[in-house]
Amino acid sequence: MTGNELIWRIAGGSGDGIDSTSQSFTKALMRAGLNVFTHRHYPSRIRGGHTYVEVRAAEHEVKSRGDGFNFLLALGDSFARNPQDEAYYGNEEAKPLSENLDDLREGGVIVYDEGLLDESEIDDFEERVEANDWHVYPMDLRGIAREHGREIMRNTAGVAVTAALLGMDTDPFEELMSDNMGGDILDDNLTVLEEAYETAADLDHSHDLEAPTADEHDEQQVLLNGSNALAYGALDEGCRFIAGYPMTPWTDVFTIMTQHLPEVGGISEQVEDEIAAASLAIGASHAGVKAMSGSSGGGFALMSEPLGLAEMTETPLVLVEAMRAGPSTGMPTKPEQADLEHILYTSQGDSNRVVFAPSTVAECYDQAREAFRVAYEYQIPAVIVIDQKLSGETINVPEAHFDREPNPDLGSTLTEEEIAEASHHASGKFNRFQHDPEDGVSPRSIPGQSDGRFLASGNEHTPQGHISEDPDNRVAQTDRRLRKLDAIREDLDDTELDRQTHYGPDDAEYGILTWGSQQSTVEEAVERLNDDGHSVKALGVSDLMPYPKADVTEFLESVEDCLVVEMNASAQFRGLTQKELGRFGEKLSSLLKYNGNPFEPAEIVEGFEVQVNGGTEPPTAQVRIEPAAGD
Amino acid sequence: MSKSFSAIDGADEEGIDREAFTPGIEPQATWCPGCGDFGVLKALKGAMPEIGRTPDETLLVTGIGCSGKLSSYFESYGFHSIHGRSLPVARAAKLANPGLEVIAAGGDGDGYGIGGNHFMHTARENHDMLYIVFNNEIFGLTKGQTSPTSPKGHKSKTQPHGSAKDPIRPLSMALSAGASYVARTAAVNPRQATEVLAEAMEHDGFAHVDFLTQCPTWNKDAKQYVPYTDVQQSDDYDFDVADRREAAEMMHETEDKLYEGEVLTGRFYVEEDRRSYGQEKRETGEMPEEPLAERYFDDDYEWERSYDLLDVHK
Ligand SMILES: Cc1ncc(C[n+]2csc(CCOP(=O)(O)OP(=O)(O)O)c2C)c(N)n1
Ligand code: SF4
Repeated sequence: MTGNELIWRIAGGSGDGIDSTSQSFTKALMRAGLNVFTHRHYPSRIRGGHTYVEVRAAEHEVKSRGDGFNFLLALGDSFARNPQDEAYYGNEEAKPLSENLDDLREGGVIVYDEGLLDESEIDDFEERVEANDWHVYPMDLRGIAREHGREIMRNTAGVAVTAALLGMDTDPFEELMSDNMGGDILDDNLTVLEEAYETAADLDHSHDLEAPTADEHDEQQVLLNGSNALAYGALDEGCRFIAGYPMTPWTDVFTIMTQHLPEVGGISEQVEDEIAAASLAIGASHAGVKAMSGSSGGGFALMSEPLGLAEMTETPLVLVEAMRAGPSTGMPTKPEQADLEHILYTSQGDSNRVVFAPSTVAECYDQAREAFRVAYEYQIPAVIVIDQKLSGETINVPEAHFDREPNPDLGSTLTEEEIAEASHHASGKFNRFQHDPEDGVSPRSIPGQSDGRFLASGNEHTPQGHISEDPDNRVAQTDRRLRKLDAIREDLDDTELDRQTHYGPDDAEYGILTWGSQQSTVEEAVERLNDDGHSVKALGVSDLMPYPKADVTEFLESVEDCLVVEMNASAQFRGLTQKELGRFGEKLSSLLKYNGNPFEPAEIVEGFEVQVNGGTEPPTAQVRIEPAAGD
Repeated sequence: MSKSFSAIDGADEEGIDREAFTPGIEPQATWCPGCGDFGVLKALKGAMPEIGRTPDETLLVTGIGCSGKLSSYFESYGFHSIHGRSLPVARAAKLANPGLEVIAAGGDGDGYGIGGNHFMHTARENHDMLYIVFNNEIFGLTKGQTSPTSPKGHKSKTQPHGSAKDPIRPLSMALSAGASYVARTAAVNPRQATEVLAEAMEHDGFAHVDFLTQCPTWNKDAKQYVPYTDVQQSDDYDFDVADRREAAEMMHETEDKLYEGEVLTGRFYVEEDRRSYGQEKRETGEMPEEPLAERYFDDDYEWERSYDLLDVHK
C-alpha cells in the first residue's frame, strides 16, 4: 500500500464553505512541502445536499484521489435545516456523517460537529466504529465558533482540530488566513483557530495517524485545477477572445478567461446560446484574433454546425468540451468520458478536427497551447476534451512548468507584403483556398488587409472562395482539407512533448490502455500491480484525432492482452482504437465505470486481477468488465 | 502604427465607385430573373462609395438562402456562414476589429426564423453594424415554403391549409429588442434604398433594415410592393423618428397595412445619442481601445504571460 499519507475528507452542505476551506487546507499542506491532490464531489444543487472534498497529501508524488480516506471532518449542513421551525428536512441532518462512512479506511479518524450532528441518529454507528477501529472525536465546533466569532467559522475550528489531532503546526493556516482576510474577521478566525486547536490538543488521542511531513520543496509550487491550467495555456498562447454560455463544468474555464481577458486587453462575450458562442469565436478568428469557445455535452451539440463551418471555411477555432455524465442533461456535476464519439464525429460531411484529451492539470496547460498552435497553423478546429474530474481537481504543479514563450503568432496568415506577392485571380481576388499545398494549408489573409479579399464560404468553393459544385474542384478541395490531418500527425510526433504517456516496465506482459483524465489513476494502479508481482504496463493516450496509430500499435503488439479503462458504458475509446487500427479486437477487453465517480486506483487493480484470471464478474457493482470480442 | 490593415481608412476616397464592388462573377448565376435580390445588391453597391468605404475594408457576412448569396456578388471580404448565424459571426468580427465596415445580411427565414434569437440579442446589444434582411415573405432557396413573414392564410406545400400564424413584425421586434436604427425599404425603390443603406451604415449602432424584395418564382405576386409610400416624403405621415413611442405606433400601422397592400417605407426609428456596444465595452474597460486584431501584427507589442496570474495559486 501507499506510504504515509493523509486523505482528509471534509463533508457538509453546498454553500457552507466546504470548497474554500478545503482549498486553504490544501494550500497549507502544499506550502508545508507536501504533494497534494483534491477531489470534489458535489450535487447539482446550490445550497445544502451532500458535498465533500477530499484532500490527499503525501511526501511522495500523488496522482489521484487514492482509495478511500483516513480522516473525516463532518460539519453540519446548515441548509438541511428549515429556517422557519429549525426542523431538519427528512434525514438530511445526519448526512455529513452517515454518507461518508463507507469509504473510511480501517483505523481512520472521525471528527464531527456535535453542535449540529448526533451520532445516535445513525444506525449501527457504534458497531461500525468498533468493527473498523475508527477513532471518533465529537467536538462542539459550532459552539467554539459562536463563542469566539461567528457560526460560519466552524470550518476554521474544524481545520484547527484536524491540525491538533494530526500533530500539525497552525502557522501555515494562520499565514493563509492573513493573506485572504483582514480586520475583525481575521482576528475572530485566528481566535477560533487557537481555541479549537487547544481544546483538541487537550484530548486523549487514541489514534496513531499523523500528518505526513516533508523536507522543504526546492521548487515553487502552484495549486491549480484543470480549468485554470487550460485557461492560462490559452492566454499564454495569445488567445484574446472567448464567447460562451454557462454550462457545468465548462463554466469554470469560461469564467476564468472572462476574469482575465480584459486585464490583458482581450474580449469575453457571454452570449445568447452555444450556436452563437461558437459562431462568435469564428467571426473573431476570421477577423484576426485568436479565439475560443466551448461547452459541455448538450451545449457542444449545439455547436455541431458552426464546428463544420470552421472546418469548411478553414477558420482556426479552439473549442473546449468539458464532459459530464449524459445523455441529455444527465448528471451535471458528475464526470464521465462518454462524449468521445460525439466529439469525434459530430457535424456533417467529411469534416475534420483535431482532438486533444489532456490527462493532468499540467497537461491541460500544454495541450491548450498546442490546440491553439495547431488550429492556427493548420486552419482547422481543435477541440480540447476535459471532464468534470479534471476541470475541478487541484494538484500542485511546479511553477517552472509554465515558463514558456508567449505565442501570439496567427499561424498560416500572411502580412500585406506577402499578400502582394501571393497569387491572385484575374478578377483581383486573392487565391485563399489553393488546391495544391502539400500539407493542405493555404495561407489566409485577414479582412482589412489590402488586396487580400476572398469569400469564406461554408459551401464548397473555388480557390477564391466562390461557391462551386465543379467535380474536379470538389475533389481537390476535399483532398486538401483531409491532407491536413496527416500533416498534423507528423507535426505532433515531431514535437518535444511526450504526447502519449508510458507507465510501467517496457517488457511487461499485460497492458492497460486509457485516455484523458483517467491516466494518472491508471498509472498509480500500474505501480501497485507491479509491486504485487504482476507484469503490467500502461499507455495513456492524450491525442485522439489524429489518432496516434503508430504508438498504440507498437504498444498493443508488445503485450499479450490489454485492458482498456474508461468512464463510459459503451467502451467508446476501445471502439475507436479498433476502428483506427483495424485489428486487436481479440486482445482488448474493457473496464468501465459510469456511476458518476471517477475510478479509484484499487478498482483498476481489482478489475485487472479479475481480467487476468479470465473472469468477467466485476470486483464491485460499480464497475463493469466487457470481455474481448471473440471471447 | 502597423501596416497590417492598411486598407482601413487608407484609401483615396475620391476614387471609389460602385464598379469596385462588382466581382468577376454574375448574380444571374443563381438569382431568378426579376428577383428583388438584384435591387439589394444594386443599392448596396451604390451606398458604399457614399460612405467612402472600399471593398478591402468591408466585411459582408451572410446567412443561407438566395439572400445569402449576396456575398458572392458583392466584392469585399466576405463570409458566407450558416443558416441564421450571420449576426454572431459579424458582431464578433466588429468587436475584434472595429475599423472594419461590417454588414450582415440574410433572408426572412434566415433572420427572423432560425436566427431570431440572434436578431433579438444583437439588436439589444446595439452592435455597430448594418443588418439587411431580404424580406420576400417566403423561403426562396428551399422552394417556396411559408416563412415567418408570410401572411396569415398563406398556402404552400408545407402549409396546405393556409398558415394559421400571424406574420412576424420585424420592425416592432427590432425596436423593442433595442435596435437604435430601424428602417424599411424596397427593392423596387433603388434611390431610397441606397440612401437608407448609406445612412444605416453611417449610424453608430445596430441598424436594422427590413428590405422588401419580391420573389417572382415562389411568391407569384411579383409586384407586391408597388406602389409604396415613402413615409419621409409624404405629408400624411408626420412623426418624429427620434421618438420611440411615435415610431412604435408607425411601425405597428405599417406592419398591419403591408398585408393590405399599402406599403410604407423609410426610416422609422433613429436614436442618435445611444452608445454602441463597442463603445460601452471600451468605456467599462471590458475591451481595448485599439483594434485587438492589430496587436497580432504589431511586433513591438508585449504579450502578457500567466506568471502574474499564478501568484494567487502559490
Ligand atoms: C440549419 C439549416 N436548416 C435548414 C436549411 C435549409 N435552408 C436553406 S435556405 C432556407 C430558407 C431560406 O429562406 P430565406 O431565409 O427567407 O431566404 P431566401 O432564400 O428567401 O432569400 C432553408 C430552410 C439549412 N441550410 N440549414
Ligand atoms: S427563388 Fe425567389 S428569392 Fe430566390 S432567386 Fe428566385 S426569385 Fe429570388
